Amino acid sequence: MAVTTDTYMPTRRRIAMPRVKARHVVMVIYLLFMLIPIYWLVKMSFQTNREILGGFTLWPHNPTLNNYRVILTDASWYMGYVNSITYVVMNTVLSLAVALPAAYAFSRYRFLGDKHLFFWLLTNRMAPPAVFALPFFQLYSSVGLFDTHIAVALAHTLFNVPLAVWILEGFMRGVPKEIDETAYIDGYSFPRFFIRIFMPLIASGIGVAAFFCFMFSWVELLLSRTLTAVAAQPIASIMTRTVSASGLDWGVLCAAGVLTIIPGALVIYFVRNYIAKGFALGRV
Amino acid sequence: MDKVQNNKAWFLVLPVLVLVAFSAVIPLMTVVNYSVQDTFGNNVFFWEGLGWFKDVLTSDRVHAAFGRQLAFSGIILAIQIPLGIAIAICMPKRGFWASVCLVLMALPLLIPWNVVGTIWQILGRSDIGLVGYALDQIGITWNYARNPVHAWVTVVIMDVWHWTSLVALLAYAGLQSIPQAYYQAAKIDQASRWKVFRYIELPKMQGVLLIAILLRFMDSFMIYTEPFVVTGGGPGSATSFLSIDLVKMALGQFDLGPAAAFSIMYFLVILLVSWVFYTVMTNLDKTEGR
Repeated sequence: MAVTTDTYMPTRRRIAMPRVKARHVVMVIYLLFMLIPIYWLVKMSFQTNREILGGFTLWPHNPTLNNYRVILTDASWYMGYVNSITYVVMNTVLSLAVALPAAYAFSRYRFLGDKHLFFWLLTNRMAPPAVFALPFFQLYSSVGLFDTHIAVALAHTLFNVPLAVWILEGFMRGVPKEIDETAYIDGYSFPRFFIRIFMPLIASGIGVAAFFCFMFSWVELLLSRTLTAVAAQPIASIMTRTVSASGLDWGVLCAAGVLTIIPGALVIYFVRNYIAKGFALGRV
Repeated sequence: MDKVQNNKAWFLVLPVLVLVAFSAVIPLMTVVNYSVQDTFGNNVFFWEGLGWFKDVLTSDRVHAAFGRQLAFSGIILAIQIPLGIAIAICMPKRGFWASVCLVLMALPLLIPWNVVGTIWQILGRSDIGLVGYALDQIGITWNYARNPVHAWVTVVIMDVWHWTSLVALLAYAGLQSIPQAYYQAAKIDQASRWKVFRYIELPKMQGVLLIAILLRFMDSFMIYTEPFVVTGGGPGSATSFLSIDLVKMALGQFDLGPAAAFSIMYFLVILLVSWVFYTVMTNLDKTEGR
């Protein structure tokens, strides 16, 4: 027996060592693959257009902040960020406000047509925005909401509300029903119970749902571009227009791109510990 | 979980219903309306019946776009799902480096889609882009604007870059939920790494993987912005996927009737697939007793 353990241990160690290394190698290669395109964008944002087109360089030889200055001092540029953030926040708040009670209903009660309703909601998450672009344009034009932040916020509820209901329902299912019952016995009314007791219990769920609402509203272009002209134009759409208009100022374009990454990066950083938890429920 | 029968719950669902009715049902009805009518302008409409549907069903252009779309979604799934699982297994399980990996991997997910397109548009150019330049140096003249194969490779790699992390994060979460006892039991049985994966990790990840496949299928089926920015659907129509073709038809040429008929069939295909997935998923939920 002593012999077997002696021979067993070293071989195991020898096998285990290279495997750990292989994992690291894979991970490093993958992260490089993730980061190199972003690095390239950042690099070009610090270069003048002449330097970019003048010759191939791996890093900016004369780094300049001029591209950022162009964006941050020109209202037609930076208002794009203000517009984008405005409708994204409006959409997130709106989606969560309607999704919370609905998710509670789905997680706690059986009612007429509940399963069909749930599936129908989900199908809206699957609906291609391209299908909705033209009818949205006509609908919001006819009710006088065209080119407003609320129009984009409402349009994005198309895919964000189903998503929020889905995520929140998963979290709420994990809260034992006895808590509800005890609260009712203690004389809590439904709204008071919901806000005082229930919402703090699923705070991480609300965070995760907010994260995904923010994310999908932030990255969407087709609907937000179709529904806006000047006053509520998102940054993404300003970028595409500048590409065709000003004869491709690559430096400014890249700087604008870098600035669109920053809000997302901040949000990820704050919710990094919850992301895995949200995914763990198997709901995205 | 045993739920109480209570039809008053409808009141809680009501806000969602009103909102979604406004943002989904009304527009969808407009589409249905257009799909059965024809117009010569001035808002005068004529009943067209199912004519547009017949046109679209027999149109070579739509068939080609559908074929391209299926090929694209197929390739995307075949690359991203195995790669995502592999990355999830390689990720550190906890601690500082796990957080670093999570944050870095999630970055591409939060970049606006047209910026993703711009990044790869630049990267693939042989004069200013890293990838295009590098390929040029080793003798491959990379031109995604002219060569359909290059355009396809660019779009596929871009999508892999953009979305593999989502699959990886889902699979990672699935792995995290496996109790340590399973691995200890496997160690006692001296199970090989492959067997641990095949009989413990894979079955436990089944649920999240189904969701990953569903999401990746749906989103790749609806892809619009990224290939539009990179290739504009070209060269020719080599990368005109369904959404790109649809937008060309509806907003570019303003062919409302055919575009509407096209939309409805497009939506029906997606609906059918999501129904199949949903059924499988709910059945899985029941058998697992979750």
